Amino acid sequence: MKYAFYPGCVARGGAPELYDSAVAVMDRLGIEHVELTKASCNGAGVLQEKNRKLGDILNVRTLALAEQMGLPIMTICSTCQGVISQANHRVLRDPAYLEEVNTYLAEEGLEYKGTTVVKHLLWILIEDIGLEKLKSTFTRELTGVNIAPFYGCYIVRPSDALGFGENPERQTSLDEMIKAVGASVTDFPGKTKCCGFPILMINQKNSMKMVSQHTGDAKDRGADAMVTPCPLCHLNLDGYQPKARKNNRGDKADLPIIHLPQMLGLAMGMDHKSLGLQRHIVSTTSLVRKTETVPAGGSAESD
Amino acid sequence: MQANIKVRRFNPETPSKEAHYQEFSVDVHESSSVLDALIKVREEVDGTLALRCSCRASICGSCSMRVNGQATLVCKTRLEEVAPNGEQITIDPMGNMPVIKDLVVDMKLHWDKVRAVDPYLRPGGPEPDGEYIAPNEAMEHLVGVMNCIMCGACVSDCTALEVDENFTGPAALAKAYRFVADPRDDTTHERLGKLNEYPHIWDCTRCYYCVEVCPKDVAPMDRIMKMRDMAIEDGYTNTPGYRHTESFVSSVRKHGRLDESRLAVDSVGWTNLPGLLDLAPVGLKALRKGKLPPIIPHKAEDHKQIRKIVDKLEDEAK
Repeated sequence: MKYAFYPGCVARGGAPELYDSAVAVMDRLGIEHVELTKASCNGAGVLQEKNRKLGDILNVRTLALAEQMGLPIMTICSTCQGVISQANHRVLRDPAYLEEVNTYLAEEGLEYKGTTVVKHLLWILIEDIGLEKLKSTFTRELTGVNIAPFYGCYIVRPSDALGFGENPERQTSLDEMIKAVGASVTDFPGKTKCCGFPILMINQKNSMKMVSQHTGDAKDRGADAMVTPCPLCHLNLDGYQPKARKNNRGDKADLPIIHLPQMLGLAMGMDHKSLGLQRHIVSTTSLVRKTETVPAGGSAESD
Repeated sequence: MQANIKVRRFNPETPSKEAHYQEFSVDVHESSSVLDALIKVREEVDGTLALRCSCRASICGSCSMRVNGQATLVCKTRLEEVAPNGEQITIDPMGNMPVIKDLVVDMKLHWDKVRAVDPYLRPGGPEPDGEYIAPNEAMEHLVGVMNCIMCGACVSDCTALEVDENFTGPAALAKAYRFVADPRDDTTHERLGKLNEYPHIWDCTRCYYCVEVCPKDVAPMDRIMKMRDMAIEDGYTNTPGYRHTESFVSSVRKHGRLDESRLAVDSVGWTNLPGLLDLAPVGLKALRKGKLPPIIPHKAEDHKQIRKIVDKLEDEAK
């Protein structure tokens, strides 16, 4: 298994612990990855507000770079996954548009033929690695830990760009991943809703209401943590949770928001520091303690 | 086939006034819609079940409700699609609007918002003898948005409306676009000026729920994004939304990647002292945890190539 790795800006910026934990998990699983160092930011839907065609050209350029390497793209961010998928979807259903977009890439000697597959690590683990192989790398079942899934909008909508027809299991993939590590899924109404990050700088009051509602709802339903495949959701739900909860519920931030690879790393018995769990704004200590009460090697012994 | 349905019931005339779920099973034809099954329940099992419907052909827009948590026209939703193996489906009334009884909601909020965007043509110049005519090619791009049947599905599932009922919402903003982008309208600048303010185009979260649930492919969010672009082009640059977008594009142009620290400060505005002070605590916390984005952002290799593309597109847009 080899992929053209597209980490995205946030994993290289505001959430470096995502990058480190993703690489650690990939190494443990033997997933080879070559980073797409020439690729640009995908625009996150923001650049597209000003100029959608520019966004499409930049993303088709990324798709062409991977095509040249003969590799599928791996993302670790719901927003990157969705935005690149949407661009791919638009050019694949309109050959004339693809031709037009390609004219902008000619100077660099690039041409996208339309063959690149783009997959989030979350989907790769289920579709390419398989849950059985994944589980064989776990040394510690997170039994008794309650985890709420938070998908991030762009990995679930718009569905026509995300291959749900051929891969319906993608719609519940994060729930499945929580079950795979032996934890219990805490269901709550907000799991596919907006985290509020896109309007953080525009309407902070509404953004904070979303953070408070989702983290509060999950906590009220018994969650010990929330896991997300989207670092943008993480930034808002973690970084702004203290302010959001204080202003809207009058209580304290008490729900750790962990990245998908951090959850897998914990099940693989990795040290919480190497997973960057001390780098979060909302303390992850209670979660780490709870996972450590399950003896390392617990699941192996029971086999 | 058997339809297994769990319906949220609410009757304001019961003493407790509490909502509850009730389960029904009815035999229906394999080609049945969810609406067919609900009507069968009402006609044969429980005549007190309240729901709205009329045309049964996704034209009238009366029968929007939530199927398994997502708004849809139930006449257009085939039972076989949502319950291929006879699974139980859950039916709730639309969200973001008060429930009158069972599956019937009060859509006043929706209609008020549509009225508020002045949904009428405001042509300029002398009145013509006949109709105000526009060439076909100038109107074709509006066909999608004119398909709206005002069913309210997008209003029901809008995540911005859920936290702020003042937000204009997807249906009304799509309707606003229909007139903003009409070549015969003479008030585009004024319309955009109003839409540029709270609680209109910039308060959308870009969550795609409206695009996903719309039964008519109106794509309200895409229209909202288009109006952001039009407002910027029309000179409305006094908003954090504009500064955010500009900073984003400029960062990608400069580095090929996003400069997150700069984006935050640019969006708030360099002269907005209270706004900057508000950012500081979060920045300090992030710094302490080793999470503050690098001051000099990572650059993409060959970022000059990316700059060339951005410049070319910006030139074309002028």
